Amino acid sequence: MADTDTLPPADDTAVNPVGGIDQAVGNFQYDVNYEFDAGTGLTEDTVRYISSVKKEAPWILEFRLKALQTFLDKPMPTHWATKDLENIDFSKIRYYLSQGQKPKRTWDEVPDDIKQTFERLGIPEQERKFLAGVEAQFDSEAAYSNIKDIVAKQGVIFVNSTEGLREHPEIFRKFFGKVIPTGDNKFSALNSAVFSGGSFIYVPPGVKVAQPLQAYFRINAENFGQFERTLIIADEGSEVVYMEGCTAPKFSTSTLHSAVVELVALKGAKIQYITVQNWANNVFNLVTKRGVAHEDAEIKWIDCNIGSRLTMKYPGVVLKGKRARGEVISIALANDGQHQDTGAKMIHAADDTTSVIVAKSISVGQGRSTYRGQVHIPKHLKGCKNNTECDALLINTNSRTDTYPAITVRGDTHAVQHEASVSKVSEEQIFYMQQRGLTEAQAMSLAVNGFVNDLVRQFPMEYSVELKRLIDLEMEGSVG
Amino acid sequence: MHTLEIRDLHVALTESPDKPIVKGFSLTIKTGEVHAIMGPNGTGKSTLSKAIAGHPDYAITSGDVLIDGKSILEMEPDERARAGLFLAFQYPSEIPGVSIANFLRAAVQARLAEGEELDATGYYKKLYSKMDLLKIDRKFTSRSVNEGFSGGEKKRCEILQMAMLEPTFALMDETDSGLDIDALKIVAEGVSAMRGDKLGVMLITHYQRLLDHIVPDFVHVMYDGRIVKSGDKSLAFELEAKGYDWVKNELVTA
Repeated sequence: MADTDTLPPADDTAVNPVGGIDQAVGNFQYDVNYEFDAGTGLTEDTVRYISSVKKEAPWILEFRLKALQTFLDKPMPTHWATKDLENIDFSKIRYYLSQGQKPKRTWDEVPDDIKQTFERLGIPEQERKFLAGVEAQFDSEAAYSNIKDIVAKQGVIFVNSTEGLREHPEIFRKFFGKVIPTGDNKFSALNSAVFSGGSFIYVPPGVKVAQPLQAYFRINAENFGQFERTLIIADEGSEVVYMEGCTAPKFSTSTLHSAVVELVALKGAKIQYITVQNWANNVFNLVTKRGVAHEDAEIKWIDCNIGSRLTMKYPGVVLKGKRARGEVISIALANDGQHQDTGAKMIHAADDTTSVIVAKSISVGQGRSTYRGQVHIPKHLKGCKNNTECDALLINTNSRTDTYPAITVRGDTHAVQHEASVSKVSEEQIFYMQQRGLTEAQAMSLAVNGFVNDLVRQFPMEYSVELKRLIDLEMEGSVG
Repeated sequence: MHTLEIRDLHVALTESPDKPIVKGFSLTIKTGEVHAIMGPNGTGKSTLSKAIAGHPDYAITSGDVLIDGKSILEMEPDERARAGLFLAFQYPSEIPGVSIANFLRAAVQARLAEGEELDATGYYKKLYSKMDLLKIDRKFTSRSVNEGFSGGEKKRCEILQMAMLEPTFALMDETDSGLDIDALKIVAEGVSAMRGDKLGVMLITHYQRLLDHIVPDFVHVMYDGRIVKSGDKSLAFELEAKGYDWVKNELVTA
């Protein structure tokens, strides 16, 4: 139990009604006693420890050990990536911390020292209001996981990765590590070696999950690495919306978040994956996200990156079946000391497939945003379409934005369109708004909200309201 | 009654403070009055209005601007706005993605005390009644502020904002520029509808034609950064008939 005397006063920041994406609200930490701790640094023993506390099948341990070797063998991406990656000291990170491997099904059972964190972030309240199921991960493991009876009765599986691999190997093993192979990049290999937590979801054929499923990822410990692994399988003709939120307190040392998320949309299925991350600005956020869309299937990533020290994330869709559709909607806000290196990948692998990328970035003060995109349409395909739009907004002359769109199209029956724009919030615009009575911060906030407005309208209501609040907060802090 | 007093104002560009544009402009406007400022191009009319509103490109090198005896020069542009000053821009800025309704809502909200929430029903009721008054289509306010607007639509948008924010003093900078005669009438009708003992207006215009529709209480001729001649509306007709050279020549001979 935490010593209540050391708790920060509960009313020192505004209470967030939805929770999860407001840095000021996320910036707190409670003392937690960890029963399971893999120590500092990464060796084969670390991997064996994680696998043993999870009581994993031998094939998983083998998978992890192989991945560790791949991770050690692979160099850092150097020729194109930021040098800041070199500042990650893998020997100083703690790779596994938990109070136990089995999440509770009711909030009453969740230990008080963890429960108070999620209550403060408003998670149980959200669950009652508009979610079909919630998983709340605290450092390495889910502390809470529950799915509404009505959804469970339809055969929907919503568990953490440990449970998914142990209880339902016949469903998950087939796709696990197939969308994103271990060796995809150094960080997918790292995740494959030490993964813990994340969601495993299966939606049976024809089932349309009416309300979103949500996962909430909370980093609580300093020098910690969070490596959740998520796999979502939407069987033929099914539909599901998944949302994730992330926060961490501000520490003086850096924290690592390196997730792998794999989506499989079988024939005619639809998956929508929504991320609103609001990491504190010491977090290295290096995430690999990819989905495979089969015939007539649709995968849509909505990715909002706010906060973190460095985010490198390029959600992708492999359009494997005819008429499959992939979409990435990305919003990135880079404030002082932050680099948002984000974008999308669309790999066309069947005829008549369509992909859409809309990326909007905002750079404030010294913040830097980078768009990296890859669209690939090979010669043997017919009738593929891609539409890419990247817009950057600069606030302040010191901010920086780069766009690296790589579009490879072969064959002569495809339609590809690329548009890019860079705009600036001008002094004249700010003055105009100030003349109507808005403060400088309110004026900037309004300009930013206007810039992303057409995208935010596609979000679920609760998230768009929160995103707006978050932008307001970021802008408030950026006016000297 | 409220007063806006402009006292011996000198204004220059912030980046070249030794080249004055406004050179000793003095005028007192009371609520209930409409003052027209006329003058040739390049005489400092727009500079004057922007400097009073606090535009960062302009530096007030001497003189003062006071509302009800209190100087506003230390105030930020938004504080001046909330103190009751409204500038109808000659070239209003576009704000992509922000609807007029949301923009005005934010502006109205900014005028409330901290923690006080805007009454959305009351706000829309008021917005629609002002739109009816100005004969503006309901669809207009769902468009982004000034984005892709014609000259007339931009001015109409300024007038609507003015009607909603109910300023004590309105500085109208060449509100008639770029308007055809129908648009001009609509703008003039709008201003006339707002006219009353709660509002003081400084109407900056190059041409007399706006003054056919908004009849001013006072007309001032501005030349070389200050007022050189004042009178009633007949001065405007005289100017129209004789041209600005008349004022110029009079100055030389005087």
